Amino acid sequence: MTSENNQAVVPALPTEPWLAGVAVRLAAGETLEAGLDVDLDPELRYAGGQLVVTSRRMLARSPGQTDWQEWPYRPGLHLIHHDHAGVGSLELHDATARLGGWRYTIAHDPAALRLVDAFERQLESHLSGRPVEQPEEDVCSKCGAPLEGEEECPVCAREIHAPPSTRTLLRLGRFARPYRWPLFWGFVLTLISTAAAMVPPYLTIPLMDDVLIPYQNGQPIDTGLVALLLAGLLGSSLLAWGLGWVKTYVLSLVAEHIGSDLRTTTFEHLMQLSLEYYGGKRTGDLMARIGSESDRICQFLSMHVLDFVTDMLMLLMTAVILFSISPWLALVTLLPLPFIAWMIQLVRDRLRNGFEKADRIWSEISNVLADTIPGIRVVKAFAQEGRETQRFRAANAINLTVNDRVNRIWSLFSPTITLLTEIGLLVVWAFGIWQVSENQITVGVLAAFLAYITRFYTRLDSMSRIVSTTQRAATGAKRLFDILDHVSSVPEPANPLRLSEVKGRIELRDVGFRYGNRSVLRGVDLAIEPGEMIGLVGHSGSGKTTLVNLICRFYDVTEGAIRLDGADIRTLAVADYRRNIGLVLQEPFLFFGTIADNIAYGKPDATRQEIIAAARAAHAHEFILRLPQGYDSLVGERGQGLSGGERQRISIARALLIDPRMLILDEATSSVDTETEKEIQKALDNLVRGRTTIAIAHRLSTLRKADRLVVMDRGRIVEVGNHDELMAREGAYYRLYQAQARNVDVEETGGEVPRVEHKSKGQ
Amino acid sequence: MTMDFQLARNAFGKLVLTAADGDVVEGVVPVRAFPIAAPGEGIALVGPDGHEAGWIERLDALPAALRQLVEEELGRREFMPEIRRIRSVSSFATPSTWRIDTDRGETSLVLWGEEFIRRLGKSGLLIEDSHGIHFLVRDLNGLDTASRKLLDRFL
Repeated sequence: MTSENNQAVVPALPTEPWLAGVAVRLAAGETLEAGLDVDLDPELRYAGGQLVVTSRRMLARSPGQTDWQEWPYRPGLHLIHHDHAGVGSLELHDATARLGGWRYTIAHDPAALRLVDAFERQLESHLSGRPVEQPEEDVCSKCGAPLEGEEECPVCAREIHAPPSTRTLLRLGRFARPYRWPLFWGFVLTLISTAAAMVPPYLTIPLMDDVLIPYQNGQPIDTGLVALLLAGLLGSSLLAWGLGWVKTYVLSLVAEHIGSDLRTTTFEHLMQLSLEYYGGKRTGDLMARIGSESDRICQFLSMHVLDFVTDMLMLLMTAVILFSISPWLALVTLLPLPFIAWMIQLVRDRLRNGFEKADRIWSEISNVLADTIPGIRVVKAFAQEGRETQRFRAANAINLTVNDRVNRIWSLFSPTITLLTEIGLLVVWAFGIWQVSENQITVGVLAAFLAYITRFYTRLDSMSRIVSTTQRAATGAKRLFDILDHVSSVPEPANPLRLSEVKGRIELRDVGFRYGNRSVLRGVDLAIEPGEMIGLVGHSGSGKTTLVNLICRFYDVTEGAIRLDGADIRTLAVADYRRNIGLVLQEPFLFFGTIADNIAYGKPDATRQEIIAAARAAHAHEFILRLPQGYDSLVGERGQGLSGGERQRISIARALLIDPRMLILDEATSSVDTETEKEIQKALDNLVRGRTTIAIAHRLSTLRKADRLVVMDRGRIVEVGNHDELMAREGAYYRLYQAQARNVDVEETGGEVPRVEHKSKGQ
Repeated sequence: MTMDFQLARNAFGKLVLTAADGDVVEGVVPVRAFPIAAPGEGIALVGPDGHEAGWIERLDALPAALRQLVEEELGRREFMPEIRRIRSVSSFATPSTWRIDTDRGETSLVLWGEEFIRRLGKSGLLIEDSHGIHFLVRDLNGLDTASRKLLDRFL
């Protein structure tokens, strides 16, 4: 990237803050290669500074300072990058001393790595006189992921920091759409039944004015009229009853359907989310969300919304009727309404917070359950029942306090409304009596008014409950949409590539992975040929399992790319891709069901012959036949009743049945004794044949068949070669092998997905 | 505990540990065993190979010069800003962006979900942002009312 112009050339880099003020400092013909905003000073306080790599030198403005330092390229310079606990650091050294050091928060890490890269390339070119090697393909300028001709980086576009909309309940509309016709009819029925319920109070007017008052004044009772009016009362009540029945049924049915759709959709979405999501969530919380939240929404829709709509209709109709009878009295009657509405609004916010809190605490309680029940053996073994009870009691006590606070506001709310109702009635009485005395209205009209408003004032009480139920449902909906809105960190590509025939060539190119603030893998380059067996070795925590998880695409790489037969695995449909992978884990998981079901898990339409063939190849056939119900034997939660080796062989049969091109064995034989291991090993040998295999094993002896061994240490590949080569080299593998041969294993097995909570090793 | 090692800083800015038996480990880093529960107790000096080279029982029992070296190094490595004030939050639904004042200056954090707030003891909180940086609230009741109200919506 050289320029003939006198002007400094700024390549097409994204417009980032560090660009400002840098360009003017460049000499003629000097180009800007990479830049970084550092946001921490040496004492790790937030302060802005810049680092820039050009074609001739490195420039830096340390945080809090205005002048720039510069280091023209010369032999011996090197830039060291490392990160720890969320802080990245770059240090510039020469052969004798440290020249400068800069810190930044981990968000800037990709830019920092690019800066280091650019620095090394420029320095190399400067010293050797050769032109700068250009990276061979388009990569995202922010994270280094390959762009594959797309404008926007698929990795960066994924980082969404906007919260979901707060008007969550309206979003339930998406689930209501399929039921719009039943909903419409339900609404019509509601309208008619409410109207029918409006009739009885209206009939009090003729009953008073035409029957009772004339009788008091000495006229006989008109029995025909009375019969007619009473029949009208009965008829309208019966009509309201019948219609109310049908509408409640129709709408409850719809609500139940919506609730069930919501549950299924949420679960479906949950299944699509990556392991990263599950790593950060607790089982109890997720269970509560899908179980009780959807139920709460369902109840809200079927009961509370229905009631509320009926009440609103009643309110409107009452208002219309009252105004048509006597506008002035109607005005007085309806006067307290806005005031009550305002009151409701006031309490609304407080209650919602309280309910949200109560919900979170509720999850806390289920979390204690989800923790304790599966771990009951440990609890009992260490005699900690009392402590667990204490923990439960503590969670329950918080629940109590929170609910207590909610109830304190809530309990004030209802009586206040009742009081307002009484006051409203009082006003109507007073104004009505005055109007009757002025002969503006009849006693019948006053009676009808009182009948109407007693009705809807009592409904106001229940209407006010809509506040809390809506809030509860809204919180429930929010918690469900939290799941639904969560974009899988392993997203499906928009236009997935189809692989017609998978050969099984796996290529890892400069792969980096970060879990939380810990960098787990860095700069991993590896090409695995079709049919080759690779053994991954290294201490626990060296990144073996993470590498395998990345290849399975349980997570996506943070930097670099993994390719299958030349195609980035992020461009393939996730399910399509995984269909080509057989996975055998250290702890085989068997689902509740028969053994045959478990073997056919990856291929539910497998024939019995296929299942048996797979079981035979996995050396599982014979022990299965020894079980009382053979292949129909039920295996329970986590396959109790079977030994570790037997479960492992079932899981091997499971992997064999789908006939994958790629096979991943993650410590497949670690949890069993040597005798069983031999059995499993025989099964595995059948499995491995002709497939691209990546095996992790703690016992190096189990990897004797591997074509190549890849030795990993602290997230990097340190050695590659077969056993003899590596032994001859006397490097990391040699030491591992010697340690095992002497049977003094330095570090214990672990090899699980690294968690943020784990200790961070000083690096 | 008796001191069985010496520390010095070399030209590269790295700590060099010289053990009683004359072994020299270059580039040791101090790591607190209980960064939250007991920051002043139990500090390991870990060598570049990840193995423990020295152990400090109590920081305040160290000779002043040594202690300063260790504290300096800790200050450069440890990054757990302490939240002093919450200026604003973008929303009460997560993910939510908070603008905060910390003991290390003003910054912002993105909270992925309420479950990234961990309770520490009675009134402490540890908040993990979207990049995995941990922010500490040492005493919830020590915050001003406005911050506490904002925070309360997430607890």
